[in-house]
Amino acid sequence: MSKNDLERYNAFSRRAFILGGLHLGVFGALAARLGYLQVSKQDYFSTLADENRISMKYLPAARGQILDRFGVPLALNEQDFRIFLIPEQARDLEAIFHRIRDFIPFSLQDQERVMRDIRSKRAFMPVLLKDSLNWEQVSRISVNLPELPGVSVDEGRIRTYPLAESTAHIVGYVGLVAPSELTDDPIMMLPGFRIGKTGIERSFESKLRGKAGTSRVEINAVGREIREISSQPGQDGARIGLTLDAELQIYCQTRLAQEKSASAVIMDTVNGQIYAMCSSPSFDPNLFTRGISAEQWEELLANPAVPLTNKTVSGQYPPGSTFKMITALAAFESGLVQTGHSVYCPGHIEVGRDRFHCWRRGGHGNVSIVRALSESCDVYFYDIARQIGIDRIAEMARKFGMGSRLGIELPGETPGLVPDRQWKLGHMGQNWQLGETIVASIGQGYIQTTPLQLAVMTARLVNGGYAVRPTLIHSIGAKPNPEPAFASLNIEKRYLDLVLRGMNEAVNHTRGTAYESRIEEKGFDMGGKTGTAQVRRITARQREEGVRNEDLPWRHRHHALFTAYAPLDRSRYACAVVVEHGVSGSRAAAPIARDLIKKTMERNPAS
Amino acid sequence: MYFEQHSMTFFEKLPRLSYGLILLVLITGLIGVMALYSAAGGDFEPWAFRHGLRFAIGFAGMLVVAMIDIRWWLWLSYPIYLLSVLLLAAVEVKGHIGMGAQRWIDLGFMRLQPSEFVKIGVVMALARFFHGASPAEVKNPLFLLRPAVLVLLPAALVMMQPDLGTAVALVLAAGSIFFLAGVSYWVFAAVIAAAVAAMPVLWHFLRDYQKNRILVFLNPESDPLGAGYHIMQSKIALGSGGIGGKGFLQGTQSHLNFLPEKQTDFIFTLLAEEWGLTGAAILFLIFLLMIFYGFLIAHTSNNQYGRLVASGIAVNFALYVFINIAMVTGLIPVVGVPLPMISNGGSAMLAVLFGFGLILSVGVYRDVKLARKL
Repeated sequence: MSKNDLERYNAFSRRAFILGGLHLGVFGALAARLGYLQVSKQDYFSTLADENRISMKYLPAARGQILDRFGVPLALNEQDFRIFLIPEQARDLEAIFHRIRDFIPFSLQDQERVMRDIRSKRAFMPVLLKDSLNWEQVSRISVNLPELPGVSVDEGRIRTYPLAESTAHIVGYVGLVAPSELTDDPIMMLPGFRIGKTGIERSFESKLRGKAGTSRVEINAVGREIREISSQPGQDGARIGLTLDAELQIYCQTRLAQEKSASAVIMDTVNGQIYAMCSSPSFDPNLFTRGISAEQWEELLANPAVPLTNKTVSGQYPPGSTFKMITALAAFESGLVQTGHSVYCPGHIEVGRDRFHCWRRGGHGNVSIVRALSESCDVYFYDIARQIGIDRIAEMARKFGMGSRLGIELPGETPGLVPDRQWKLGHMGQNWQLGETIVASIGQGYIQTTPLQLAVMTARLVNGGYAVRPTLIHSIGAKPNPEPAFASLNIEKRYLDLVLRGMNEAVNHTRGTAYESRIEEKGFDMGGKTGTAQVRRITARQREEGVRNEDLPWRHRHHALFTAYAPLDRSRYACAVVVEHGVSGSRAAAPIARDLIKKTMERNPAS
Repeated sequence: MYFEQHSMTFFEKLPRLSYGLILLVLITGLIGVMALYSAAGGDFEPWAFRHGLRFAIGFAGMLVVAMIDIRWWLWLSYPIYLLSVLLLAAVEVKGHIGMGAQRWIDLGFMRLQPSEFVKIGVVMALARFFHGASPAEVKNPLFLLRPAVLVLLPAALVMMQPDLGTAVALVLAAGSIFFLAGVSYWVFAAVIAAAVAAMPVLWHFLRDYQKNRILVFLNPESDPLGAGYHIMQSKIALGSGGIGGKGFLQGTQSHLNFLPEKQTDFIFTLLAEEWGLTGAAILFLIFLLMIFYGFLIAHTSNNQYGRLVASGIAVNFALYVFINIAMVTGLIPVVGVPLPMISNGGSAMLAVLFGFGLILSVGVYRDVKLARKL
């Protein structure tokens, strides 16, 4: 090797060594970088990778059914076609709204609702365009989907109410979630999700709703679903069994529909279960789930007989003569009035400078408690009320469930009103007047009760004086609703017996106010009490001129009430009927109560 | 005349082949096929099969190159260099538009990317040049002007394509040969200082997308859905692979298309996601051994041409690996350099295999002494 070659070789070797070392160094740096990314920051990047690829989807859960006590469905989920829109896939919303009108009815209201939904949700969440579509409409949409970017067709479930009007007030209905009803429950984000708006649908919303299932899906870079990674099935809502008897309920609703405005409750005197609870007129709840038109809605709102209100729990009426049992019991329990007390009724009574009339102009002559109830003599009760005072009467009324909410499982229950001295002082700043006690003794004046309270009062009278509470719930899921033990009201049995004899004779004695409505079938016989509640005071002039109440405008006529029970001994059923402005308890309410009791006895749902 | 030395027979050459290097080349080729099979979601189409076919052809070509006398290669160095530069110039004249840069000539059966071959051409030409230079001449800076032109002409052409990554790799590989040939240290110091000073000026010559890549590199999170997307997704893929990896065909980032260009420049990311740090380390080791073989063969060569060719090609190969991996791990901006032997793409692999053929030839003819002047 020449000197030059050797020099070149040595220089090369030295420098190759340096360069090789440099390479090793760079490799080392890259390896360290990889180690940093793949070991130290693995968790961080794994999370990012999962966030990249995994998207959470919610699966709907079936809403729980609502059934009657025998399993007849009152609310169920039926197949329904609907169309959705994914806003981010739609290029031109206006164009889609315009085009869609060629295939299905799509109102401006619909459009406004959709726009609201789009604003409140993320752009990739589907928004309900329209539901309750029929097969033909869906087919037309399906064929034209290519012209409707972002629109998709889905088969879903829609809530239906087979008994329609008959159970509208109790079962209620569901509707789209209003912004104020939004909670963090992810199921609410499901398009077209509906929430209970009234009735059991509302009060048992949490049980009926169930839990949304989740599906973790893998998505690719453009958001398309590739596969399902895991899914957790949703939990369907619990089915709610009501205490109602569907057939009795339908019968009751039909019977009440003969009046302009009426309500009735039939319940069990022992366990408080409600067999029928109707408010007439009613409405079709299916209108609300399938979309109600503006005209239909206006019509429901404008009706003076308030079809949207459940009058059995929200309606408040003076109880009239149906209250007389309470006055009597208060008198006997006070010890100030003996059971044998008798009063001469000349047709009126003078208290101070005021004259209070009995409903019978000529008077009843000498009356005892039994006749006073069966013939509904007002003067007897004026007399005993004068002796015991309002506070004792009010206390007894409260014992029988008046003046406060009974805790029925429905929204909108009102407490009614049981006035006493303190109440008047507190609310009106005035002292109680004796005349007001006189008026209150026959369920007039300030006192207000709901039909449900009247039924409960009757039940407590006939069940031996136990504080039974009403319930609509028979079972939740597979679990029967426990029947609570009710406390005794501690009222002497002989007083109760005496009062019940009066109610018995009111129906079954020839002179009884409801004799016309007696039930002659053996074993079906009922007892009861009529009530006619003044809506406005009868003026002296009207009394003199003998103006008949039925000739007044409808809204000035008396309310007609009747409370009934059956059978006569070991009574199991209590019933209250209120016919708004029905003029006379014996003529308008009693016949309805008779029919309802007869039907109840036939059905005998308690057995 | 160097041909007067004894020419070896075929069977004399066989034992002189570096079978270790051949085996490593074979392994990397197979890793490439496997990675592309995975990139297609477990399918030989559209990449893995053709990659395997090209590899088979290139592998055979490599062995042929290995068997050709080193003296022929010395003699062919300038013509090959000239041809590659002419092809590069031809791309400028009649090029196709692809990915925003003109880089290839369509030969019908493959797209020829002259920039890959020019790297080999430059190494050969420089080796040829310094082979003929005496130590005294090498120490003279003025003497270095001619080889500098040899490098800067193709580098400028590549830069005009524009392909910043390859241009930088070209200059760095050439610099290594200057270094190994014995150019004074102070020359390097001066050039580096000049380059740093010229950087603001060079910045103006960069295309907008190149500037953008550098800016995004400096802060990838600034634009996660735009230009920073590549780097972020690549880091996510790497990082989520962990030590053991997600398993063959299980890479979520690559298979769900979050990772762009996974079959070309970002193939390393796919490998590291599916095989983890373990797989990446093994691949590193293989690459390191291949480079080590290049230097070893250079070291055993008895002629300056062989030493410079073998080490120059090894450095060239190492630069591919460094730039690519540094790029996908977010250490340097995205510059578009493939991972040799693994990334989908014919020109780069054929050029690399040709280069390894030359290294093998240097090994076979290591004992041949070559005169400084032809």
